[in-house]
This record gives sequence, C-alpha cells and structure tokens, in this order.
Amino acid sequence: MEFIATQALTGLAGASALFLVASGLTVIFGVTRVVNFAHGSLFMLGAYIAWSILTRLPRDPAWFAAGVLGAALATAALGVAMETLVLRRLYRAPELLQLLATFAVLLMVQDATLAIWGPEDLPLPRPPWMRGFVLVLDTRFPLYDLVLIAAGPLVLGALWLLFARTRWGTLVRAATEDRDMVAALGINQRLLFATVFALGAGLAGLGGALALPASSANLGMDLAIITDAFVVVVLGGMGSLPGAFLAALMIGELQAFGIVLMPRATMVLAFALMAVVLMVRPHGLLGRKSVGERAEALGVAFIRPARAGFAWLVLAILAVAALLPLVVGPFLLGLLTEALIAILFAVSLHVVLGPGGMHSFGHAAWFGIGAYAAALAARDFAAPMPLALALAPIMAGLVAAAVGAFIVRLAGIYLAMLTLAFAQIVWAIAMQWDGLTGGDNGVLGVWPQGWARAPEHFYWLALALCAACVLMLRRVLFAPFGYALRATRDSPLRAAAIGLPVTRIRHAAFALSGAAAGLAGGLAAYSKGSVFPTYAAIAHSVDALLMVLLGGIQTVSGPVLGALAYTGLSVELPRATSLWRFWLGLIILVLVMVFPRGIAGMRRAA
Amino acid sequence: MSVLAVEGLAKSFGAVRAADDVSFTVAAGEMLALIGPNGAGKSTCFNMVGGQLAPDAGRVRLDGRDITGAAPGRICRLGAGRTFQVAATFASMSVRENVQMALIAHRRRVWRFLRPAAGECRVEAEALLARLGMADQAERAASVLAYGDLKRLELAMALAGSPRLLLMDEPTAGMAQAERASLMRLVRALATADAIAVLFTEHDMDAVFSTADRILVLDHGRIIASGDGPAIRADPKVRAVYLGED
Ligand SMILES: Nc1ncnc2c1ncn2[C@@H]1O[C@H](COP(=O)(O)OP(=O)(O)O)[C@@H](O)[C@H]1O
Ligand SMILES: [Mg+2]
Repeated sequence: MEFIATQALTGLAGASALFLVASGLTVIFGVTRVVNFAHGSLFMLGAYIAWSILTRLPRDPAWFAAGVLGAALATAALGVAMETLVLRRLYRAPELLQLLATFAVLLMVQDATLAIWGPEDLPLPRPPWMRGFVLVLDTRFPLYDLVLIAAGPLVLGALWLLFARTRWGTLVRAATEDRDMVAALGINQRLLFATVFALGAGLAGLGGALALPASSANLGMDLAIITDAFVVVVLGGMGSLPGAFLAALMIGELQAFGIVLMPRATMVLAFALMAVVLMVRPHGLLGRKSVGERAEALGVAFIRPARAGFAWLVLAILAVAALLPLVVGPFLLGLLTEALIAILFAVSLHVVLGPGGMHSFGHAAWFGIGAYAAALAARDFAAPMPLALALAPIMAGLVAAAVGAFIVRLAGIYLAMLTLAFAQIVWAIAMQWDGLTGGDNGVLGVWPQGWARAPEHFYWLALALCAACVLMLRRVLFAPFGYALRATRDSPLRAAAIGLPVTRIRHAAFALSGAAAGLAGGLAAYSKGSVFPTYAAIAHSVDALLMVLLGGIQTVSGPVLGALAYTGLSVELPRATSLWRFWLGLIILVLVMVFPRGIAGMRRAA
Repeated sequence: MSVLAVEGLAKSFGAVRAADDVSFTVAAGEMLALIGPNGAGKSTCFNMVGGQLAPDAGRVRLDGRDITGAAPGRICRLGAGRTFQVAATFASMSVRENVQMALIAHRRRVWRFLRPAAGECRVEAEALLARLGMADQAERAASVLAYGDLKRLELAMALAGSPRLLLMDEPTAGMAQAERASLMRLVRALATADAIAVLFTEHDMDAVFSTADRILVLDHGRIIASGDGPAIRADPKVRAVYLGED
C-alpha cells in the first residue's frame, strides 16, 4: 500500500515537471503550428541559468523562488529572441522543414551551452530546507517533490485564468481554433506570436529551473525532455492544454510505476502508449482534426523518365567507383564505403519522402533494426555473413510493414511524430535491453568473413549491393507502382477516384523503403564491425533527412548527391572545429531559410 | 432500369443541411443536369454518389447495386467515373501519364514493380486523348495546362474506366463559350454512343438547356423543381430562387 502511494506521488511529481514543459510546447504549437524541437533547449537553458543564479544567492526558500522566477524570465527573453530570429521566418514552411530548422537550433544551443558552461554536469547543492521529508502513510516522502506536485496544477490553473479571463487569452484561443482568423481580425500577429513564445519559453525555463535540484544541469537534458514532451503533447492532442495535463499525468505515473515493475522498459512504455493511442485516436486524447493537419507535399515537380544516355552514365560512374580502391588509401576507402551506405540510406528515405509524400522523421528506426538484426545474427547465432546481411532488410522490412499499417493512415505532423516515436522505441530497446543489445556499449566484433575481409573487397560488396538496390528502387519508382505512389501524393482525391488502393500503395512503399534502409544498416554493422543505439537515434534520422533535402527531393539523383556531400561534411566539419554541432545547425538553418519551400524548390523556381 | 438511383439522400454539416431528402434517377444515355445557386448542395450530392462523403441517410444504387457509403475506389470499379469541381489531376506527371495512370488503375496493373510504366496502356491513353482533342498536349506537364484543358484531362481520366455513370461537377468552368459548347456536344455524343448515364452541374444556363435531357433544381439542399428545359424555365419557384439571382 505504501509502495503504491509513494510511487503514485513520485509519478505526480514527474507529471508536473513534464506538464510545465509540454504546456509551453502545446500553446506555441496551437498558435504558430510549429513543432519546436528547440523547446528542449529552452528547458535546458532554464536549468543552466537557474544554476548560475541559485549558486550565487542565499540558500533559503524565498531566494530560491526568486531565483527560479528569474531563470524563467531570462528563458522567456531567449525564447522571444529565438522566435524573432528564426521561427518567424518559418511559419509558412512545410512542417518537415520546421522540424529540421528547430532541430538545427537545438544543435546550436547545445554547443553554445557547452562553450559557456563547460562539459561537466552542474548539480545544485541542496540547501537544508530542501532535504526535508514528510511522512506519507509512514513513508518518508521528499518535501521538494510536494513542491513539484503543486506546481503542475497551479500552472494549469493560472493558464486557464489567463486564457479564459484576458483579452490576450481570447486571442490565443481564437488563433488556436483558426489560424487565418487572426489575420482576418486585423490583430498584430507578430506581437501575439512573440508573446505566446515568451509564455511558452518561460514555462520551459520554469520547468528546467524546478528540475535542477532533483538532478543537475547537463547537456543531454534537451533531447531527453523534448522527446518526452512530444509524447505528452501528441498523446494529449496537439494544441490542447487539458490534453497535455492528462497525458502528463499518464506518462508521469507510467514512468513512476514502470521503473519499479519493468525497469528495462521505461522509455519504451511511454512511446508505446503514444503509438497505441494514435492508432486508435489519430488526433490524440483531446485533440481535434483541424489543429495540425496540413499535409503539404515538399514541392511537387514535373518528373521525366531518364533520357537515352542515362544507362551509359550510370555504367561509367559504377566503373569509376569500382576502380577507386586501386588508387585511394585505407582511410578514404573506409569513408567511401560509408558514403555508399549513406547513399542507400538516403535513397530509401527518398522513396517515402519524395514520391510517397510521407514526412517520416524516424527513418533511422529501419537502419537500426537492420544493423542489430545482422549483428545479433552474427554474434548470437554465428550466422554467416550472407545470411546476416539478408536478415537485415527482411527484419527491417517486416517491422516496417507491421508498424506502417498504422503510420501510413496518418498525415502531416502526426505521421512525423509517430515515426519519430517508433524510432525512439527502437532506440530505447537498444539502450535498455542490455542483455541482448549490450546497451550503450553496443554489439562488437561483427567483422566481414572470408573473401570480404579485405577492406577493398568489402567495398566492392557494398558497391554491388548498394548500386543494385538503388537502381532497383529507381526502377520501381518509374514502374506502374512508382507512378501510383506518386499519384497518391499528387492528389489522394483523384487517386482514390480512379480506383487506386491508396493506403495499400503507401503501405507497400513504406515497407519497401524500410527494407532498403535495413540493408544499409546491415552493411553498416559489418563495415564498422559494431552496432550502437545511435544508429536508431533522432540525430541519425535527421542525417537522412538532410541528405535528401540537401540533394533535392524530386529525383533519385538528389539523395545520391546529397549523401555524398553530407558524408564529406560530417567528416570535415568535426576536423575543422570542435563546435561542429553549432556549424552544422547553422548550415541547416541557412538552407531551410533560404529555400523555405524545400531545397528542391530551387529547381521549380528556376 | 436506371443506371443511377438516389433515394432520400441527406447530409448535414453541423447546422447546415447541405442535402435534404434528395431523390432522382438517371437512365443509360441520359444527361441529367443538377442546378442551383452556390451552396445549394450540388457538390455534396456528387460526393455522396462518388463515395467521397458518406450520407447521413438515404440510398445510392448503381445498376441496382447498393453502393451507399462505399469507398470511392470501389464505386469507380463498379462503373462510375467523375470529375471534381476543383480539378484534381497528378501534377508531377504529363497529360498522357495522367490518363495512363487511370487506365493502369482500372486494369489493376498497379502491382508491377520492375517494368517501366511508360509503355503501360500507352496506345489506349493516346486514343482517349485524341478523342477529347488533346493529342497535341499529351507530352505537356499537367501542372502547366490552362484550367479548361485541365478539366478536359479530368474527363479523359474519368472515361478511362469505360464508366456506366459519369459525374461531372462544373465540367466547363474556366472555358470560353465556344469551348464549352463543343465540350458539352462531345459529352452528349459519348453518352449516346456508349450509353453512359451523365449527371452534371453547370453554371452556364445555355449549356444546361441545350444539352440536358432533364433538369433538377436544388436549393438549400432540397429539390424544388424537376423537368425538361421549358418546364424549368417556366417554373415560378425556380425563377424566384435561382434565375432571379442572376
Ligand atoms: N466539408 C464541409 N464542411 C462543412 N460545410 C460544408 C462542407 N462541404 C459543403 N459544406 C456546406 O454545405 C453547403 C452545400 O455546399 P456544396 O455542396 O459545395 O454546394 P454547391 O456545390 O451547390 O455550391 C454549403 O453551405 C457549404 O458551405
Ligand atoms: Mg459545388
């Protein structure tokens, strides 16, 4: 009994912290329709700023409250700067580019924080009053957790008053219901958006500051909190405050009890809950269809089948690629193998993203599944390399087919969020299931066998497999199936009206793309000799998106060129600067802001 | 027997009754015009017949088979082709490829993964385009067509499935007067030659009175009059709500 009570209270404390962050995220989303990755950065900045303030203040409750408030206000100011400098320019861009741009901001803030506060975790020494306990059913319960528990409902109440009783609140609600109405009513939209951002950022900062005493300020907290906050916001229904509160309660309790009952599955549980709810209620618990459904294709261009000389060009490129091992050194050869894998990974994403019009934000899931399938088959079942390599696309394709059944019915930001959630599930399993995956340490010692042991031989193997797979995917895209896939993107209405099985076509494309990414993962496992959870991490999904967007989303040659350029960039950038995340973020931002209709839109404009 | 039979069809959007107890039939080779002011509920009726909207009440029968609430793809395969008020075509494809796509869908050749689509149903697509006077536009991108040509392309795609029933929501929008007349003559000829039942809406009254066998007048979701051209012209209710408006 005591156990249940204290775990429930712990869950409530967690729910409060989550709600503070998620409420800001959902309010900002409701008005601006931007899903803001950098909201996690604001949370992290709130914690760091609070650390800087609180370590300089007297250690009693009143000063603590003042310091936390100061940190929240400072974060609000930073949020306004973020809105003015970056997000304001993105309101009309397709969602996927918004996600990318705000992820770029997150990368930049990460390195800025590293430069200012250093790499060490910064704990806040707890003052005596904070170390107090209260007795709950004969169990000692930390006093500070009660403070946290109170914070959630207090903020919800304050927000409710703000939205129900003030003119500003009425405007925010009107804008959430109908974005065009704000423009129609002649309201100063810039001011409204900036103030909403200030509020949302302030809430994130408050959440970060309040979370500080329980743990520490550290560089991983931005991504950790934002993925949880995404789950809460999507689960509750995007733009819905009561929904966010309800979802935060569910996730908070799920984590509190999960950590005791299923300690290895805490991360998986939250994402699985979200995935299940989205399958049943595609707009979340309390969300509505109108908010967040804006499936915009990323620049639809007129596509022609290749001209006569194309086959010769491909042959010439393949011949040159096959001869490269004779002239390059071992380092460059390794890099080229990596580039081949990146090309297959990017082209496989292109299939769903371009012709499929499905804005997947979790493509690394399939890469990761393929990599683990091959590595585990090789390590635990001593599978020979050809078998392990064959298992990679098969497993990834099967899982993509199973999960895709639900994903392909969604559109727009919900599709992006569910793919992201699924990739996080894969990542979490890889992280937490030590016994199978080795957790953070990964699976090691997966080396090519026999003939393929020589690096140049493995390069040729990778070249043969990647080229065959890419050319086959390209052929599929110009076959009736590929045209039909493009038809479902160009006009779902017309596609259905001429009798195309729209959902089944999208589903098949999703599974095919997952299988191809899985093969890329399997090759990566053998090329590196190891597999790590990062293969399925958000950053790796972003890598694939960048490759496709960098090269152009319209044709298969786009992701091929993009993958080459990006592989080069990802090697050169860390060599040139220790703050490579900052520069990568800046490059993404510039690309997205200069070509807000998608980098591929360049050609359309030309 | 009539090709299309609609009985007591109703649909509300919140408080708006977009269609209210709508019943009519269309016979093979017959052209029925559905007219009425903007917002009368014409497109809503089309969408309930075509499967884009599920009706709140009522029945839709195609060749005697109940298709109420069926999916658009099934209704298409059972023999209904349609055009939309706002033309819906595939922007990334050429005019010919748009028609090929419709033929590929109709012949269920979608699940071919390795053979190039360029040769698939190509001759038939070109013949269909020639029939609609679009042969010289076959290689252009659908996205650059004039609006009138886009509507014509939609018609070609609707005809690709050799439909028994053709639904045309404002087929001549965006066309010049002479073009309208010639398109409607063409549809008339197709309807007669292939015994297609045609249900269409049209704002151009000349086109309606010169082509339709029968006319149905819709206002606020209800049918207020039906009959041939002269009867509709003479109907006082129609003059009040509809013709008076022009
Ligand atoms: N999807 C919808 N949601 C809400 N109202 C709709 C929707 N579609 C149509 N309506 C309303 O139903 C009525 C009939 O519309 P419609 O069938 O498009 O008329 P028409 O085609 O005759 O101009 C109008 O009042 C319109 O505003
Ligand atoms: Mg209409």
